[in-house]
Order: sequence, then C-alpha cells, then structure tokens
Amino acid sequence: MSNYGLITIILVYLAILFYIAFIAEKNSKSKWVNNPYVYTLSLAVYCSAWTYYGSVGMAANSGVGFLPIYLGPAIAIPLWIVLLRKIIRISRQHKISSIADFISLRYGNSRFLGALITLLCFTAMVPYISLQLKAVAETFGIMANEPYKFGISIFEDSTFYIALILAIFATFFGTQATDASEKHKGIVTTVAFESILKLTFFLIIGVYVTYYLFNGTEDIYEQISITANFENLSKLPDLESGFNWFFIMMLSFTAIFLLPRQFQVAVIENSREKHLKTAIWLFPLYLFLFNIFVIFIAWAGKLTFGETANAEYYTLLLPLNSDNTFLALLVFLGGFSAVISMVVVSTLALSKMISNNLIIPYGFLDKFVKAKPEQNASYIKNIRRISIFTIIILAYIFYINFSIELSLYSIGLISFVIIAQLAPSFFIGLFWNRGSSLASITGIIVGLIISTYTLILPFTMEAFTGSSDFTDFGLFGITALKPYGLFGISFLTPPAHAFFWSILVNTFCYVVISLAFKSHYRERNYAEMFVDSKNFSSLQDSALVWKGEAYVADIKNILIKLLGEARSQRALNLFFKKYEIPSDTQMADARLINFSEKLLTGSIGSASAKILIAGVVKEQEISLPEVLKILEESKDTISSNKVLREKSAELTDLTSQLKYANEELITKDKQKDEFLDTIAHELKTPITGIRAASELLMEEDGDMPTDMRQTFLENIVSDSDRLSRLINDILDFEKLSIGRQQLNLKKRNIQKTLIKAIGNIQQIAANKEIKIVNKNSFSFELPYDEDRILQVLTNLISNSIKFCEPKKGVITLDYKLGNNFVEIYVKDNGKGIPEEDINYIFDKFYQSRNQNTLKSEGSGLGLAISKQIIEKHHGKIWVEKTTGVGATFGFRLPTN
Amino acid sequence: MKKILIVDDEPNIVMTLEYAFKKQDFQVYIARDGSEALQILENNVPDVVLLDIMMPNVDGYQTLEYIKNSKMLENTKVVFLTAKTKDTDIKKGLNLGADRYLTKPFSVKKIVSEILGLLG
Repeated sequence: MSNYGLITIILVYLAILFYIAFIAEKNSKSKWVNNPYVYTLSLAVYCSAWTYYGSVGMAANSGVGFLPIYLGPAIAIPLWIVLLRKIIRISRQHKISSIADFISLRYGNSRFLGALITLLCFTAMVPYISLQLKAVAETFGIMANEPYKFGISIFEDSTFYIALILAIFATFFGTQATDASEKHKGIVTTVAFESILKLTFFLIIGVYVTYYLFNGTEDIYEQISITANFENLSKLPDLESGFNWFFIMMLSFTAIFLLPRQFQVAVIENSREKHLKTAIWLFPLYLFLFNIFVIFIAWAGKLTFGETANAEYYTLLLPLNSDNTFLALLVFLGGFSAVISMVVVSTLALSKMISNNLIIPYGFLDKFVKAKPEQNASYIKNIRRISIFTIIILAYIFYINFSIELSLYSIGLISFVIIAQLAPSFFIGLFWNRGSSLASITGIIVGLIISTYTLILPFTMEAFTGSSDFTDFGLFGITALKPYGLFGISFLTPPAHAFFWSILVNTFCYVVISLAFKSHYRERNYAEMFVDSKNFSSLQDSALVWKGEAYVADIKNILIKLLGEARSQRALNLFFKKYEIPSDTQMADARLINFSEKLLTGSIGSASAKILIAGVVKEQEISLPEVLKILEESKDTISSNKVLREKSAELTDLTSQLKYANEELITKDKQKDEFLDTIAHELKTPITGIRAASELLMEEDGDMPTDMRQTFLENIVSDSDRLSRLINDILDFEKLSIGRQQLNLKKRNIQKTLIKAIGNIQQIAANKEIKIVNKNSFSFELPYDEDRILQVLTNLISNSIKFCEPKKGVITLDYKLGNNFVEIYVKDNGKGIPEEDINYIFDKFYQSRNQNTLKSEGSGLGLAISKQIIEKHHGKIWVEKTTGVGATFGFRLPTN
Repeated sequence: MKKILIVDDEPNIVMTLEYAFKKQDFQVYIARDGSEALQILENNVPDVVLLDIMMPNVDGYQTLEYIKNSKMLENTKVVFLTAKTKDTDIKKGLNLGADRYLTKPFSVKKIVSEILGLLG
C-alpha cells in the first residue's frame, strides 16, 4: 500500500474522530454520551497497542503468559464496586482531577507528594506512550512496505506528524475548561468508539486467521502440537511460574486503578455511580473477547512464518501474507485506535498532573496573584497545552532513542511496575487513617529505587556499556545484589521480581514509618475524610478543621483572580445561602476556607489551592488530639442533630395530632354540653308540667272544678309518659352513638316488617284520620335487626303524621330494589320540610317549624336515632328535596 | 284587673299558670309562641308578660326585644320563665331587659307571688 494512500486514510480516520468528539462535546447531556456502555467501553482504554500487538507476540514466545495481564483486572472488577465507588465519591467531593491530586490530598494535601507522584507517572508514562508511537511507526512501515529507516530527519518521519496530530487532538478536547475536574465527553466518546473498533477488527482478524487461513482452532492446535518446542508454549504454569503469574496479576490489578489514564476514565469521567454496575460484567467480557483469539493467531503466525517475522505483528503480517490488504488495513486502524485513545487520555491525565501538581504549585502562584483573572485562565490552559505537547514530543524522542530496540511487552511492564509504587499509599491509605505523608513519600521513593535497580538499570547498563556483567554478577559482583535475582530469588521474571521486591519494601516502609512517627494534624484531618468518607461527606465543608483569622474579602480576591468575578460571586452566594450566613460577613470560618480550597482545586490543583488560601489567612496551629476531638464532636453533632431532627419531627407530628385530638375533644365536649343542656331542657319540660299540676292539685281547697282536676291528672300521666319515652330515647341514642348497641341481624322479610310498623302506628293515624298506604307487595328477605328497623319506620311514619293535616293526610310506603340494596320510602302530603331544615333534620333535638302539632310527641331524637340505626346497618337515610307538597324520607339497606 | 300574657309552647304548663292567675283575678292572655304573642300585643297592653325562651318561630328573646321597642308597652313588665338555667342564660336574659328571670320547674305559688310582688 502506498505511503500517501495510508496517510490519507489516517487523516480521514482522525477527521472522523474529531467529528465524533465535537458532536459529543456539543451534546454532552445526551444519553448517547452518558450511558453505562460508553463508560465501560472507555475503560477499555486499558487495551492499548500493547494489548493489540504485544499479547500475540508474548503468546508466540511464551505461551499463555500474556493472560495474567487481563486476569488481574478481571479479578479486580468485583472489587470495583466497593473501591471505585468510594474513590469516585471522594474525588467528586474534593474536585479531584488526577491520581496525584487524590493521593496527595489524602496525605494532608502535600505539595511534595503530589509533585513526586506526577514525576513518577511521567517517568512511567513517557516510555509507555513512546511504545504506542513505536507500534504506529512499525505497523505503518509494514503497511507501506518500507522497513523503518534509521537516521532520517524527524520531519521526514510520518510518526512524528502522527504524534503531533494526537497532541492537537488531546489539546483541543482536553483543555477547554480551566477546571480540570470537569468531564471530557468528547474524548470519552471517541475512546468508547475506538474501543468498539479495535475489538471488532481484532475479532475479525481472529476469525479470519483461525477459520479462513486455517481450519479452525483444532487444526491450528494439531499443527502446532507437532512443532519442536511446543511443550514450552502450552504448558500450564508450574509452581515457579505460578508465582510469576501471581505477581503479574497483582501488577495489572494495581495498574487498572493507578494508571493515570485509568483513573481519568474510571473516576474523573464517571458521571453516575450506577454505571459501575454495567462495567462490572461488561468490562471483563470485553477483556475476554479480546483475548479469545490471541493464542491461535500467535500459533498461526508461528506456523506460517516460523522465527522469521516479528511475532507482535502477526495480525498484520498474516493477512498481508495472503494478499488481503483490506483486512490488514482494518487491523492497522484497530491498532491505531488503541494507540490514539491511550495516548490522548494518558497525555490529558498527565498534563493535568503536571500543571496542577508540579508547575503551578512550584512556580506560578505568585504570578496568579498578580495577574488578571482572564490571564490566569489562559495561563492554566497554556500550561496544560504545553505539557501535552511536551509529553508527546518527549515520548517521541524516547521512542527514537530507546524503544526501537525493546519489545512492546517489556516497556509496558516497566511502566506498570513504576506505577505500582503508588499502590501502598493508595490502597492502604483508603482504609487506614494512620498512614502518613512521610511514610508514603518514603515508600514511593524506596520502591522507585528498587524497581529502577531491578528493572531499568540492567538494560540501560547493557545498552550503554555493552556488557551484561551487572546483570549476571550483581553490583560490585555481589551475588545477593544481582538485579534479576535479589537475595537469591531468581525464579521470577524480571518484572515480577521487580514488582515483588519494590512493593514489599515500599509497603514495609509505609507501614513502619506511619506507625513510628506521629503525623501532622492537617494530614490526619484529610486522612479521616478519606478513610471515613461516608461520615465525613455529611459534614461537608465542616469536615476540615481550621482555626485562625481570615477575611472573606481576601479569600474572595483570590477566587476572583482564578475563577473570574462572576463565577466567584456566584459560588460565594451559594455558599452563604447554603450555610445561612449573612452575605456581608467579614470573618471567614473553616467552612469557607475549605469551600474555597475545593473551588480552586479544580483549576490549579489541591496543593496550590491550599497554598494560595494559606497566603491570605492566618492559621493557628492545632494539636492532633484537638483536631481528632473536634472531628469526633462534629460527627457526633451531626448524628445527634439527626436524632434531634427526627425527634423534633416526631414531636411536631405528635403535637399536631394532639392538637387535632384536643380540638376534637373540645368540639365533642361542646357537643356533649349542648346535648346535656338540651336533654336537661327537654326533661325539665314534662317535669315542670307534672310539678305544677301536682302542686295545684295538692293545694287545691275544694274550689277546683272536677273537669279541671281531671285534666291536670291526665296531664300528669301524659307528661310522665313523655318523660319515660324521652329517657328511653336518650338511652337508645347514647347506646347507638357509643356503639355499645349490637344489632341482632337476621334474614327477615321486609314486607312483614312494613306491615308490623303500620300496625303499631295505625291507631295514631286513625285518630287523625290519616291514611297509610303500603305500595310494597314484594316479599324480599334481607338481614337486618327487625326491632331497630321497626323503630326507624315508626319514627318516620309518626313524623309524617305530625306534618300531615288531619283528615287529608296520606302517607305512602314505597320501595325500590337495587343490585345489592333495598330502598324504602315514606312519603306524605303534608307541609313538607323547609329547605333550610334539610341539612339539620337528622341532628338530635332538631325540630322543624313546620310541624302541625305545637309540641311534638317526639323527643327530638327520633330522626337522629333512625340515622344511627341505618348507618349501623351500613345503609343510609335521607330526605328528598321536594318543592311544594309533602316530604319523602328514604333509607337504603344493603342486601348482603 | 291586672292583665297577664303567658307565652309558652307547652300546653300543660300554660294550663297550670292560667288556672293559678285566673284564681288571682288576672285577665289571662295566652300565646303558644312568640308570633302569637306579638299578635296579641298589637292590641293589648298587659301589665306583665310571662315569657318562655325556647319556642318555635319567634322565640322569647325576640319577643322581649319587641316589647322593649314598643312605646305602647313601656310599662309592661317582662318575666322570663324558662328551663334554661345556666348563669350565662340568666345574665343574658336580665341584660336584655327582663324584670325577672324565673326557672322551670317552678312552684306555682312562688311564680304568682313573684308576679304580684313585681306589680306591687
């Protein structure tokens, strides 16, 4: 394939990526960009060119040894839910933008530690990035069919231009916001897109090689199993290489957390915690699919080319060998995708660390204080832009000078071992609050020294001196110091060996120093915030203990310098509102200081933020016990506040219930009073009659006419009857309303009851010559308490009699059958009920004005009692609104 | 001859009072509620009105108000005779301008002597 054709394809492909990133950035809220699949696929930035080409090379040379690199992360995944969730929460809370920020903040916002981690990552990543460039250059060479030429000027080298384009891409989409903790949707989406491409193309070549070039996996296995040194390639690990496997798995386990690019995609770019739930199964599946054909491609390559070709590029060489340029091109683009995503995300992450943890805290702070806000924003962005270019150019230089001779696999593992030095500080520090910054710094430096001695030094010595004496005999010829076999442990591969020793000593230093020396109170404060993040997140800005003197105005000035007037004011307003502090407050408290530090952290890193804020405030030293006490207290306050709030809510609830009950009682009491009043009044009336008549009869001295005396005696009898009726009704009513009265429910014939009721009252009606007509001819059985229903009917009929004019009155009993009820009507042609009475007619002691008799025979409780009886039957009773003549009362009884 | 208007909706009670006052040579008018009382008062000026409070249509209070506003009836005494015996009721009745407030049940003899006393 021609050089220019290939470059054209590369440019078109990059243009597509630019376009995707651009669209994603524009639609950053869309669900196409914010979903668990994009998140999980972006995690696959782990699979770089090293995976794409290196695994096959490794498999070809050493069999299944490539596997642990993927087994480590796969095993790590279940732990993610626990670990990553905590890390993501802490990072979001503190506006953390990189792994250097994360670790240095944990150890008391240590500027030196942040810088050290940045340098460590830089050292590890530059060779790693150069490895990617090497892959591009070499595959480009294979595709263009022109082997790499040494000594050409960089301007003739296409790799250089590709590196530059990658830098431009990372710069363009990585430095749009000054706040480094902001998300980069464009980059993440292209990474996810590239992850799909690289996997798809790799699977295609896998299928092509296995099933097209060969007759399936069995065919390849049969052919390879008769070759000379097959034993070595396929044997499962014995005990010694078992250790190798174990350490390499540990190594890649730590890498998946600690690689700056992984921290960037997994933590910083995580928009929702629940995306982890998809990642937990999808990411291992992705890794599995990626590795499924590795061994077969490796064997196929070996069978096809023997030892004559670079095994790392079998995926390209196999299709080219059978003249399938198109397929080779796909593979090339897949590998190129792996390179782009790795380089872009790595440089982005590194550039933030370099600006926020190295350059700004160690040199730019004075400048920031003096400059204008807009200038500061562009300073920050420019530092990051220059960092990106610098990293890529350095990687290119490293590639030109070193990488050409080294395999992809070995460079990758060296980077992993260096990055792994962060593991003790990172993992232990998450759960152990005693871990101190001194311990962390010591551990990392010692670990670095050991890994340099055991891994980097040997091959650089060989490269420079051309002799392998150092490797073979150890430093000064001391066997125990042999770089690949320290103290006689020589059965491990160099990376596993380096990892074992460096991490062992690193961890030892970390633990011992943490235990031996007391840490600074500030450190302990941050340690508590990280370790006990769940409790401390509820403390929010109060989680930082700070004592001293500070002015709001000074802090505001600093904020304005870096965030601009509008954003600072907005943030401060929010702060004042959140804590209900008057906005004209002059003295700043710990919360404002913590809040401001966090605000600045995104832009200039936590160390610089702390230094800038510290510059304008006067802090008092606090002792460690005091800090711990304050923290305990504020935690207690929070929890007791919570309890108090709950209790107070309960009390409010109870109070309102009590108030309601009280009001109800008062109403009831008032009603009871009124009721008693009315009862007293009603009782007094017949008693008055009886008393007065008796008195007259008693005092009578013979002059009272006989008929008069007769009348008084009759009155006494009728008043006594009335009195006893009244008493009975009152007792009835009370029993019914308290609910003590049980109904004697039996299935009865309603027709018979109606006839009985008429019979009871017939005499009274006949006295007034009022007719009672029973229209009901239907015999229907339903359950009810006959005595009670008789009482209701008697009440209603006698009511009607009261309203009817003697001689003219007609009372009609009617009925209606419903689906599951029977309705009985008592109609009359009397005066009717005035509309204003209708609503009160069923109230106790309510007596209508339209009654025909002056004083009713009733107690005034009849309708109230009827209503209670019907309601006890789960029925209802009503009076119909009628205009003109008559009244119609009705009640309904359910049939079941 | 003294004139008395008895206003009450309980016929049995009215009957006893009617008998007692007639025996004392009163001219007795009878009303079964406030509205009947008002009709009677349009054309007659009794010396005293014996007035129940709880009655249908026009009650005792309204009747008292009518009497108080009537020039013709300015010398007519008003005595409440009622089963409402709470202190607040009594106060209310007297404040409205009743001359006496008597409660049910009553001693006929006592009512008569009260009325005689009131009329001097």
